[in-house]
Amino acid sequence: MTPDVNSKPRLAAGCRLNDPKQQPRVLLMPEKALRLNGPSLEIVERCDGRRTVRQIITELQQIYSKAEPQKVETDILGYLSLLHDQRALDFVAQEGS
Amino acid sequence: MNPTTSTTLTTPTPLALIAELTHRCPLHCVYCSNPLELNSRTKELSTEDWKKAFGEAAQLGMLQADFTGGEPLARPDILELVEAARAAGLYVNLITSGLPLDESRLERLVAAGLDHFQLSFQGARPEIASEISGTTTHAQKLRVLGWLARHRIAVTLNFVIHRRNIHQIEEMLAIAEASCATRVEFANVQYYGWAFANRDNLLPTRRQIDSSLETLKRAQQRLRGKMRIEYVVPDYYARFPKACMGGWGRKLMLIVPSGDVLPCHAARIIRGLTFDNVKDRGLREIWENSAAFQKFRGEDWMQEPCRSCDRREVDFGGCRCQAMLLVNDAAATDPVCSLSPNRNKVDAILGELALKPAETIYEESRPAWIYRINPA
Repeated sequence: MTPDVNSKPRLAAGCRLNDPKQQPRVLLMPEKALRLNGPSLEIVERCDGRRTVRQIITELQQIYSKAEPQKVETDILGYLSLLHDQRALDFVAQEGS
Repeated sequence: MNPTTSTTLTTPTPLALIAELTHRCPLHCVYCSNPLELNSRTKELSTEDWKKAFGEAAQLGMLQADFTGGEPLARPDILELVEAARAAGLYVNLITSGLPLDESRLERLVAAGLDHFQLSFQGARPEIASEISGTTTHAQKLRVLGWLARHRIAVTLNFVIHRRNIHQIEEMLAIAEASCATRVEFANVQYYGWAFANRDNLLPTRRQIDSSLETLKRAQQRLRGKMRIEYVVPDYYARFPKACMGGWGRKLMLIVPSGDVLPCHAARIIRGLTFDNVKDRGLREIWENSAAFQKFRGEDWMQEPCRSCDRREVDFGGCRCQAMLLVNDAAATDPVCSLSPNRNKVDAILGELALKPAETIYEESRPAWIYRINPA
């Protein structure tokens, strides 16, 4: 599923980042732990239920300004969709915000 | 940038601590994975012992703690233990029958920092649940599901599958779909402990396994993005063994109620192994140096065909306890492996079962179960 760019992703119940003091940084979830590299950590940290997918893409395009913007967008959409399939993310619809 | 390169951790530091908080349990399940010789209440670790162990586990780099038993909720200090494990930096899983629980205790568990609630089911209907657990459980589990929906917590339903309930998978899925669970596990019984004693009445037929695989494949497609569905097939039917515990002494440590630290649930059945206790040695020292953890680490212990096998880093020779149980040699290739010289022993067990027509199996009269007892 490709996420709606206007929805607001947030970590699903029981999914959380480990303490920033701990290394490596991982996304903890039921029976799984995903190690997060630079960009994946920056994406997951922004899945706060307040930012839209579009905002996350824009922010990451600014951080990775040397990368092809379209490539950044495709990568983020792919990664969000993967996290959603693993039930690590919920997408909160735009309305009611 | 490529965020999709993040992977499931494969570092040699242990990932999770399995904390068997007690062997006491209100259920008497015929497939219980606990050993036949249970630890008594008087031998159980104290609250402080456990707290110290959680701190050491986190120091060692472990990420998760699995609270199990017995029934972990039988510990009166369970709230304090959840709080302590969480404070140490661990992700806290509770694997429970949901029996010694009411709404306010659940609320306090969530407030204490519980991350993930795994509710075990003995079947989709009250009759089979009572038959398997030797007590009345089903209605309480459905009540617990209702309470869980009011909290923001990860919920997994664990259905333990065997010959007597494998035909109920559609109904089990319906229970899961009507609940707040985001993950459901259909775990075929693994044959250790009490399950080994009851194996002949639990083992499903090949036909049952094939049909359950189809049902679950369809469900996985239909529920993609809604629910994670995981299926553990019984390894007697597999071509290759499971990578038991992710490899001996590679990922997991288990502390039994008395504080002995084991590489796996059943390790006590292996002759000649000695176990250190968390009251005497630190977890790091045990992980790195304990004779029990060293015994089957790496490849030096392997015999042929494992020793020269391409899969030796995939399944690590399979399960040591299964080799012990089935061929009386803990260092043998797991006999479920199609390459094992002992595979014929497993085939003989399955062969007897295949003579029974699958359709009549559900109508079999209630077997003479050996029920799990409670420790003194």
